[in-house]
Amino acid sequence: MAKNKYIGKQSIEFGNPPYIISEASIVGKKEGEGPLGPLFDQIIEDPMVGKENWEEAESELMKLTAQKVLSKAGLKNTDIRYLIGGDLLGQLIATSFGIAELNIPVFGVYGACSTMGEAMTIGAILVDGGFADRVMAITSSHFAGAEKQFRFPLDYGNQRPFSASWTVTGSGAVIIAAKSESKKPGEKEIVITGVTSGKIVDYGIKDSMNMGAAMAPAAFETIKQNFEDFNIQPDYYDKIITGDLGYVGRNILLELLKEKDYDISDRHMDCGLEIFDMNTQDTHAGGSGCGCSAVTLTAYIIKQLKQGIWNRVLFVPTGALLSQVSFNEGNTVPGIAHAVMVEAK
Amino acid sequence: MEKEKHRISDVLRERDTERRNESYNEYVKQVTPVFSTAANCVKAFVIGGLICVVGQGLTSFYLDRVQDLETAKAYTTVSLVFLSILLTGLGIYQKLAKFGGAGTLVPITGFANSVAAPAVEYKKEGQVFGIGCKVFTIAGPVILYGMFSSWVLGLIYYIIQIIR
Repeated sequence: MAKNKYIGKQSIEFGNPPYIISEASIVGKKEGEGPLGPLFDQIIEDPMVGKENWEEAESELMKLTAQKVLSKAGLKNTDIRYLIGGDLLGQLIATSFGIAELNIPVFGVYGACSTMGEAMTIGAILVDGGFADRVMAITSSHFAGAEKQFRFPLDYGNQRPFSASWTVTGSGAVIIAAKSESKKPGEKEIVITGVTSGKIVDYGIKDSMNMGAAMAPAAFETIKQNFEDFNIQPDYYDKIITGDLGYVGRNILLELLKEKDYDISDRHMDCGLEIFDMNTQDTHAGGSGCGCSAVTLTAYIIKQLKQGIWNRVLFVPTGALLSQVSFNEGNTVPGIAHAVMVEAK
Repeated sequence: MEKEKHRISDVLRERDTERRNESYNEYVKQVTPVFSTAANCVKAFVIGGLICVVGQGLTSFYLDRVQDLETAKAYTTVSLVFLSILLTGLGIYQKLAKFGGAGTLVPITGFANSVAAPAVEYKKEGQVFGIGCKVFTIAGPVILYGMFSSWVLGLIYYIIQIIR
């Protein structure tokens, strides 16, 4: 009988750690102007991406990213057994309209801004379990589409509080495969060694403009659980990378972990804080959205691993599970965080 | 009296979920930066004041031509609404509001912006279900409760008249 792969309370240690054989990122103009600008595969200046509306623009972004991740690996759509994807729009329309043409069997997933972690988790499980040889995990978000759905029309004159974040326009994708396929000389190979999946954590925050504070407890619980399940300390990782906690959430997370005697302040990084320059780009608390962690992973984190600058990271995209209805009905903003252990080999 | 400091350790120690959430909210309030109200008031005063100066200028301009204050005021209102819609369409009003806050919200230009912005945004969803249904998503409450409160005030006024 096969050895159990589940470990601790909420984690999996993969028996045959799946490889990330290709990654791609496409972003909008503002992201391109940010600190990570030179690292993205493509920057599309037109916020409409040549389409008629925001939703179609996001779908197009996702389609282009999917094509890019395939072409970078020298693969065709038929080489991919499953696609696991998601976005922020209602009923995942960015995903369904974006990837329809690809003709790949698909699982749509929603974990708000944590979706990339969720998609990669499911992808790695499918591959490690022998249910697929290659899967694609992909997510996207679009600033204007998210504003329209969750907040106000773009041209409406309102003010954003300091704790508000800026939804990233962009899409990131990885191909997770059972075998290493495209090792380049001088570059390390990337594997997913384990995952810790998050519970819905709700500390009663009702302010939808302070998502960092709403998600910090979820990130805290998932990261703590990861340490406990694998019986490790923070120094096991070179970096512990959260999705989009922003300035407010990041500080809360560090404080929460410190209370449990885990000090990650020297190795913590937040994708939302990396992607924009808060001082010059007027993004307040930082970047957010499904695309935020996905493009930071694919453009920056994986490159750092490939070059051997980091060897082992914990990638923890964070999501705020609210809708405009739940918010209007006076509900809280529950958080979720999915941790993926990514290593250079 | 010094304000009680909320610590994260108290949040984690609290076993009762409701009290934990309360405690966490207090803690978050403490660590979340907020805008300076004084600075915001000054900015709102300046921008709101400027809009009013433009309005006054327009009134004087029209008054010279029509010689009737009421008519001049009506022209002024129409002009300000037009300017606001134009600036909204050009994406400038939002930038002005980001700086001026309530200074751009309170004058009639703010109301025009709140109707024009959804019209621009939802045009893509069609004339009926897009613009038609959603044009008042922001201004709707103002219209509804504005009418309602004027009805209530009218009723009170009517009753006072009878008592007298």
